[in-house]
Amino acid sequence: MSKSSLDERAVLTGLIGMKLGMTQVGDDSGRVRAVTVIQLGPCMVTQLKTAETDGYEAVQVTYGRKKPIRTTSAERGHFAKSEVAPGIATREFHRRGDGEIKLGQAIAVGEVFKPGDLVDVSGVSKGRGYAGVIKRHHFAGFPGSRGTHEYFRHGGSIGNRSFPGRVRKGLRMAGQMGNERVTIVNLPVIDILADENAIVVGGAVPGADGGIVTVRHAAKLRRQAAE
Amino acid sequence: MNSVIQKLEGRSLRSDLPEIRVGDTVRLQVKVVEGEKERIQPFEGVVIRINRGGSRAAFTVRKVSYGIGVERIFPLHSPRLEKIQVLNHGKVRRARLYYLRKLSGRSARLNTTS
Repeated sequence: MSKSSLDERAVLTGLIGMKLGMTQVGDDSGRVRAVTVIQLGPCMVTQLKTAETDGYEAVQVTYGRKKPIRTTSAERGHFAKSEVAPGIATREFHRRGDGEIKLGQAIAVGEVFKPGDLVDVSGVSKGRGYAGVIKRHHFAGFPGSRGTHEYFRHGGSIGNRSFPGRVRKGLRMAGQMGNERVTIVNLPVIDILADENAIVVGGAVPGADGGIVTVRHAAKLRRQAAE
Repeated sequence: MNSVIQKLEGRSLRSDLPEIRVGDTVRLQVKVVEGEKERIQPFEGVVIRINRGGSRAAFTVRKVSYGIGVERIFPLHSPRLEKIQVLNHGKVRRARLYYLRKLSGRSARLNTTS
Protein backbone atom coordinates (compact mmCIF):
# COMPACT_ATOMS: atom_id res chain seq x y z
CA MET A 1 0.00 0.00 0.00
CA SER A 2 1.39 3.38 -0.96
CA LYS A 3 1.31 6.20 1.52
CA SER A 4 -0.85 9.23 0.86
CA SER A 5 0.54 12.68 1.42
CA LEU A 6 -2.02 13.14 4.19
CA ASP A 7 -0.63 10.66 6.66
CA GLU A 8 2.99 10.24 5.72
CA ARG A 9 4.22 10.82 9.24
CA ALA A 10 1.57 8.79 10.99
CA VAL A 11 2.69 5.63 12.77
CA LEU A 12 -0.79 4.12 13.17
CA THR A 13 -4.07 4.31 11.26
CA GLY A 14 -5.92 5.59 14.30
CA LEU A 15 -6.17 6.05 18.05
CA ILE A 16 -8.69 5.50 20.81
CA GLY A 17 -9.87 8.06 23.33
CA MET A 18 -12.66 9.84 25.10
CA LYS A 19 -15.11 12.45 23.87
CA LEU A 20 -14.62 15.45 26.16
CA GLY A 21 -17.34 17.67 24.77
CA MET A 22 -18.21 20.24 22.17
CA THR A 23 -17.52 23.94 21.77
CA GLN A 24 -17.00 26.50 19.04
CA VAL A 25 -13.78 27.81 17.56
CA GLY A 26 -13.32 30.73 15.24
CA ASP A 27 -10.65 31.00 12.57
CA ASP A 28 -8.70 34.15 11.78
CA SER A 29 -11.40 35.48 9.50
CA GLY A 30 -13.88 35.25 12.38
CA ARG A 31 -15.84 32.31 11.01
CA VAL A 32 -17.17 30.16 13.84
CA ARG A 33 -17.52 26.43 13.61
CA ALA A 34 -18.81 23.73 15.95
CA VAL A 35 -16.11 21.32 17.06
CA THR A 36 -15.72 18.27 19.27
CA VAL A 37 -12.74 17.88 21.58
CA ILE A 38 -11.51 14.29 21.92
CA GLN A 39 -8.76 13.19 24.28
CA LEU A 40 -6.69 10.58 22.46
CA GLY A 41 -4.30 9.04 24.80
CA PRO A 42 -1.63 8.76 25.73
CA CYS A 43 -2.33 5.43 24.06
CA MET A 44 -0.06 2.68 25.35
CA VAL A 45 1.00 -0.19 23.11
CA THR A 46 -0.12 -3.43 24.76
CA GLN A 47 0.45 -6.02 22.06
CA LEU A 48 2.11 -6.33 18.66
CA LYS A 49 0.22 -8.81 16.55
CA THR A 50 2.22 -10.46 13.79
CA ALA A 51 1.29 -12.57 10.78
CA GLU A 52 3.25 -15.54 12.19
CA THR A 53 1.53 -15.77 15.56
CA ASP A 54 -1.85 -14.12 14.98
CA GLY A 55 -2.39 -14.38 11.23
CA TYR A 56 -2.43 -10.61 10.72
CA GLU A 57 -0.43 -7.50 11.53
CA ALA A 58 -1.80 -5.02 14.05
CA VAL A 59 -0.86 -2.88 17.00
CA GLN A 60 -3.06 -3.10 20.07
CA VAL A 61 -3.28 0.06 22.15
CA THR A 62 -5.15 1.00 25.30
CA TYR A 63 -6.50 4.28 26.62
CA GLY A 64 -6.97 5.53 30.16
CA ARG A 65 -6.70 3.79 33.49
CA LYS A 66 -8.96 1.18 34.99
CA LYS A 67 -9.16 0.82 38.76
CA PRO A 68 -7.22 -2.34 39.70
CA ILE A 69 -10.26 -3.65 41.60
CA ARG A 70 -12.30 -3.57 38.39
CA THR A 71 -9.84 -5.63 36.35
CA THR A 72 -10.23 -9.33 35.74
CA SER A 73 -7.26 -11.58 36.27
CA ALA A 74 -7.16 -12.19 32.50
CA GLU A 75 -6.77 -8.44 31.95
CA ARG A 76 -4.07 -8.18 34.59
CA GLY A 77 -2.14 -10.99 32.92
CA HIS A 78 -2.48 -9.45 29.46
CA PHE A 79 -1.42 -5.96 30.51
CA ALA A 80 1.46 -7.31 32.60
CA LYS A 81 3.11 -8.64 29.44
CA SER A 82 3.59 -5.11 28.14
CA GLU A 83 4.03 -3.61 31.63
CA VAL A 84 1.21 -1.18 30.95
CA ALA A 85 -1.40 -0.23 33.57
CA PRO A 86 -4.81 -1.68 32.58
CA GLY A 87 -6.75 0.77 30.44
CA ILE A 88 -10.47 1.40 30.18
CA ALA A 89 -10.63 0.52 26.49
CA THR A 90 -8.42 -1.35 24.05
CA ARG A 91 -8.41 -1.38 20.25
CA GLU A 92 -6.24 -2.60 17.40
CA PHE A 93 -4.97 -0.44 14.58
CA HIS A 94 -2.88 -1.06 11.51
CA ARG A 95 0.65 0.16 11.32
CA ARG A 96 1.51 3.03 9.03
CA GLY A 97 4.96 3.93 7.70
CA ASP A 98 8.17 2.26 8.81
CA GLY A 99 8.53 3.79 12.29
CA GLU A 100 9.46 1.34 15.00
CA ILE A 101 6.79 0.56 17.60
CA LYS A 102 7.77 -1.12 20.85
CA LEU A 103 5.67 -2.89 23.44
CA GLY A 104 4.72 -0.56 26.28
CA GLN A 105 5.44 2.55 24.25
CA ALA A 106 3.16 5.60 24.52
CA ILE A 107 1.84 6.95 21.24
CA ALA A 108 1.04 10.66 21.22
CA VAL A 109 -1.72 12.30 19.19
CA GLY A 110 0.78 14.26 17.13
CA GLU A 111 2.37 11.03 15.88
CA VAL A 112 -0.86 9.93 14.24
CA PHE A 113 -2.87 13.02 13.32
CA LYS A 114 -2.13 16.53 12.22
CA PRO A 115 -4.35 19.52 11.44
CA GLY A 116 -5.98 19.21 8.03
CA ASP A 117 -6.32 15.42 8.13
CA LEU A 118 -9.72 13.89 7.51
CA VAL A 119 -10.80 11.31 10.08
CA ASP A 120 -13.61 8.83 10.71
CA VAL A 121 -14.91 8.76 14.28
CA SER A 122 -16.74 5.73 15.70
CA GLY A 123 -18.55 5.51 18.98
CA VAL A 124 -21.70 4.25 20.65
CA SER A 125 -24.57 6.68 20.09
CA LYS A 126 -26.78 7.96 22.93
CA GLY A 127 -29.51 5.44 23.68
CA ARG A 128 -33.05 6.59 23.03
CA GLY A 129 -34.76 3.42 24.18
CA TYR A 130 -37.76 1.89 22.41
CA ALA A 131 -38.73 4.75 20.11
CA GLY A 132 -41.78 5.18 17.90
CA VAL A 133 -41.66 5.72 14.16
CA ILE A 134 -41.92 9.52 14.35
CA LYS A 135 -38.75 9.86 16.41
CA ARG A 136 -36.95 6.88 14.92
CA HIS A 137 -37.71 7.22 11.21
CA HIS A 138 -39.03 10.78 10.94
CA PHE A 139 -42.54 9.66 9.95
CA ALA A 140 -44.99 12.52 9.66
CA GLY A 141 -47.70 11.13 11.95
CA PHE A 142 -51.41 11.78 11.54
CA PRO A 143 -53.46 14.99 11.58
CA GLY A 144 -54.17 16.37 15.03
CA SER A 145 -57.85 16.86 14.24
CA ARG A 146 -60.45 16.28 11.48
CA GLY A 147 -61.63 12.95 12.68
CA THR A 148 -58.35 11.40 13.77
CA HIS A 149 -58.86 9.64 17.05
CA GLU A 150 -56.49 7.51 19.09
CA TYR A 151 -54.16 7.37 16.07
CA PHE A 152 -51.71 10.27 16.12
CA ARG A 153 -48.18 8.87 16.18
CA HIS A 154 -48.78 5.55 14.42
CA GLY A 155 -46.94 4.32 11.35
CA GLY A 156 -50.05 3.50 9.31
CA SER A 157 -50.43 0.43 7.16
CA ILE A 158 -47.63 -2.13 7.12
CA GLY A 159 -48.70 -4.08 4.04
CA ASN A 160 -51.43 -5.39 1.79
CA ARG A 161 -53.81 -8.37 2.04
CA SER A 162 -53.39 -11.93 0.81
CA PHE A 163 -50.84 -10.75 -1.70
CA PRO A 164 -48.09 -10.74 -0.56
CA GLY A 165 -49.66 -12.00 2.66
CA ARG A 166 -46.68 -10.97 4.76
CA VAL A 167 -44.87 -7.86 5.91
CA ARG A 168 -41.94 -6.78 3.73
CA LYS A 169 -38.47 -7.20 5.18
CA GLY A 170 -36.84 -4.02 6.37
CA LEU A 171 -40.12 -2.13 6.89
CA ARG A 172 -39.50 0.77 9.22
CA MET A 173 -41.26 0.29 12.53
CA ALA A 174 -40.85 1.23 16.19
CA GLY A 175 -37.94 -0.28 18.09
CA GLN A 176 -34.67 0.34 19.89
CA MET A 177 -33.06 3.61 18.79
CA GLY A 178 -29.50 4.65 19.52
CA ASN A 179 -27.03 2.83 21.79
CA GLU A 180 -25.44 1.31 18.70
CA ARG A 181 -22.08 1.77 17.07
CA VAL A 182 -22.11 4.73 14.68
CA THR A 183 -19.31 6.02 12.46
CA ILE A 184 -19.16 9.59 11.21
CA VAL A 185 -16.85 9.86 8.21
CA ASN A 186 -14.58 12.59 6.85
CA LEU A 187 -14.47 15.00 9.77
CA PRO A 188 -11.65 17.55 9.47
CA VAL A 189 -8.97 17.78 12.17
CA ILE A 190 -9.00 21.46 13.14
CA ASP A 191 -6.32 21.45 15.79
CA ILE A 192 -4.04 19.24 17.86
CA LEU A 193 -3.58 20.04 21.54
CA ALA A 194 -0.31 18.21 22.04
CA ASP A 195 0.17 18.97 25.74
CA GLU A 196 -3.34 17.71 26.53
CA ASN A 197 -3.09 14.77 24.10
CA ALA A 198 -6.33 16.01 22.61
CA ILE A 199 -7.62 16.56 19.12
CA VAL A 200 -10.20 19.07 17.88
CA VAL A 201 -12.40 17.79 15.05
CA GLY A 202 -15.00 19.76 13.16
CA GLY A 203 -18.59 18.65 13.65
CA ALA A 204 -20.33 16.25 16.00
CA VAL A 205 -19.27 12.81 17.15
CA PRO A 206 -21.43 9.85 18.32
CA GLY A 207 -22.17 9.36 22.00
CA ALA A 208 -22.28 11.37 25.19
CA ASP A 209 -19.41 13.33 26.69
CA GLY A 210 -17.09 10.86 28.40
CA GLY A 211 -17.86 8.13 25.88
CA ILE A 212 -15.13 6.03 24.28
CA VAL A 213 -14.52 6.85 20.63
CA THR A 214 -12.19 5.50 17.97
CA VAL A 215 -10.61 8.00 15.58
CA ARG A 216 -9.10 6.67 12.36
CA HIS A 217 -7.73 8.22 9.19
CA ALA A 218 -10.58 8.60 6.71
CA ALA A 219 -11.23 5.24 5.09
CA LYS A 220 -12.19 6.80 1.78
CA LEU A 221 -8.84 8.60 1.61
CA ARG A 222 -7.00 5.44 2.63
CA ARG A 223 -8.66 3.57 -0.18
CA GLN A 224 -7.71 6.28 -2.68
CA ALA A 225 -4.13 6.25 -1.45
CA ALA A 226 -3.98 2.50 -1.89
CA GLU A 227 -5.03 2.66 -5.52
CA MET B 1 -17.00 22.01 31.82
CA ASN B 2 -13.98 19.94 30.97
CA SER B 3 -10.67 21.65 31.72
CA VAL B 4 -9.22 20.88 28.30
CA ILE B 5 -12.17 22.60 26.62
CA GLN B 6 -11.86 25.52 28.99
CA LYS B 7 -8.24 25.91 28.01
CA LEU B 8 -9.10 25.73 24.33
CA GLU B 9 -11.79 28.38 24.71
CA GLY B 10 -9.46 30.54 26.79
CA ARG B 11 -7.17 30.97 23.80
CA SER B 12 -9.75 32.93 21.83
CA LEU B 13 -10.93 35.20 24.65
CA ARG B 14 -10.33 38.91 24.15
CA SER B 15 -9.49 41.13 27.08
CA ASP B 16 -9.41 44.43 25.18
CA LEU B 17 -13.17 44.90 25.08
CA PRO B 18 -15.19 47.24 27.28
CA GLU B 19 -17.86 45.77 29.50
CA ILE B 20 -21.23 46.01 27.81
CA ARG B 21 -24.66 45.59 29.36
CA VAL B 22 -28.15 45.09 28.04
CA GLY B 23 -29.63 48.47 27.20
CA ASP B 24 -26.32 50.09 26.27
CA THR B 25 -26.14 52.03 23.06
CA VAL B 26 -22.96 50.92 21.32
CA ARG B 27 -21.03 51.86 18.22
CA LEU B 28 -19.19 48.90 16.70
CA GLN B 29 -16.41 48.93 14.18
CA VAL B 30 -16.90 45.73 12.20
CA LYS B 31 -14.37 44.44 9.71
CA VAL B 32 -16.01 43.39 6.47
CA VAL B 33 -14.40 41.82 3.42
CA GLU B 34 -15.55 43.27 0.12
CA GLY B 35 -14.05 41.39 -2.77
CA GLU B 36 -10.33 41.70 -2.20
CA LYS B 37 -10.40 44.58 0.21
CA GLU B 38 -11.18 44.68 3.87
CA ARG B 39 -12.79 47.76 5.34
CA ILE B 40 -14.38 48.82 8.57
CA GLN B 41 -18.13 49.27 8.76
CA PRO B 42 -19.77 51.00 11.71
CA PHE B 43 -22.90 49.60 13.31
CA GLU B 44 -24.66 51.58 15.98
CA GLY B 45 -27.59 50.45 18.06
CA VAL B 46 -28.96 49.15 21.34
CA VAL B 47 -27.76 45.91 22.92
CA ILE B 48 -30.98 43.94 23.40
CA ARG B 49 -29.54 40.60 24.42
CA ILE B 50 -26.31 39.11 25.76
CA ASN B 51 -25.66 35.38 25.63
CA ARG B 52 -22.86 34.58 28.05
CA GLY B 53 -20.64 31.52 27.82
CA GLY B 54 -16.88 31.98 27.69
CA SER B 55 -15.54 32.26 24.17
CA ARG B 56 -19.02 31.49 22.80
CA ALA B 57 -20.54 34.67 24.28
CA ALA B 58 -22.55 36.74 21.83
CA PHE B 59 -24.70 39.85 21.88
CA THR B 60 -27.46 41.24 19.69
CA VAL B 61 -27.52 44.87 18.59
CA ARG B 62 -30.73 46.44 17.26
CA LYS B 63 -31.03 49.61 15.27
CA VAL B 64 -33.67 51.14 13.09
CA SER B 65 -32.33 51.89 9.63
CA TYR B 66 -34.55 53.89 7.25
CA GLY B 67 -37.59 52.75 9.19
CA ILE B 68 -36.61 49.07 9.09
CA GLY B 69 -35.54 47.34 12.28
CA VAL B 70 -32.15 45.64 11.88
CA GLU B 71 -30.69 43.22 14.41
CA ARG B 72 -27.23 41.73 14.18
CA ILE B 73 -25.74 39.07 16.42
CA PHE B 74 -22.03 39.41 17.10
CA PRO B 75 -19.79 36.84 18.78
CA LEU B 76 -18.31 38.89 21.61
CA HIS B 77 -14.79 37.56 21.15
CA SER B 78 -14.79 37.68 17.37
CA PRO B 79 -11.63 39.03 15.76
CA ARG B 80 -13.93 40.77 13.27
CA LEU B 81 -14.89 43.27 15.93
CA GLU B 82 -12.35 46.04 15.63
CA LYS B 83 -13.77 48.17 18.40
CA ILE B 84 -16.75 48.47 20.73
CA GLN B 85 -17.63 51.94 21.92
CA VAL B 86 -20.27 52.32 24.63
CA LEU B 87 -22.15 55.54 23.94
CA ASN B 88 -24.51 55.45 26.89
CA HIS B 89 -26.13 53.12 29.37
CA GLY B 90 -29.88 52.64 29.07
CA LYS B 91 -31.91 52.15 32.21
CA VAL B 92 -33.64 48.82 31.73
CA ARG B 93 -35.38 46.35 34.02
CA ARG B 94 -35.07 43.17 32.04
CA ALA B 95 -32.32 41.06 30.48
CA ARG B 96 -33.86 40.67 27.02
CA LEU B 97 -35.28 43.81 25.43
CA TYR B 98 -37.52 42.09 22.89
CA TYR B 99 -40.30 44.54 23.70
CA LEU B 100 -38.39 47.19 21.74
CA ARG B 101 -39.36 45.40 18.54
CA LYS B 102 -42.97 46.39 19.01
CA LEU B 103 -42.19 50.00 19.84
CA SER B 104 -41.24 52.81 17.52
CA GLY B 105 -40.36 56.46 17.72
CA ARG B 106 -40.19 58.10 21.13
CA SER B 107 -41.40 55.09 23.08
CA ALA B 108 -38.54 52.96 21.70
CA ARG B 109 -36.03 55.16 23.46
CA LEU B 110 -34.47 54.17 26.77
CA ASN B 111 -33.74 56.50 29.64
CA THR B 112 -30.03 56.76 30.21
CA THR B 113 -28.38 56.21 33.56
CA SER B 114 -25.06 58.00 33.13
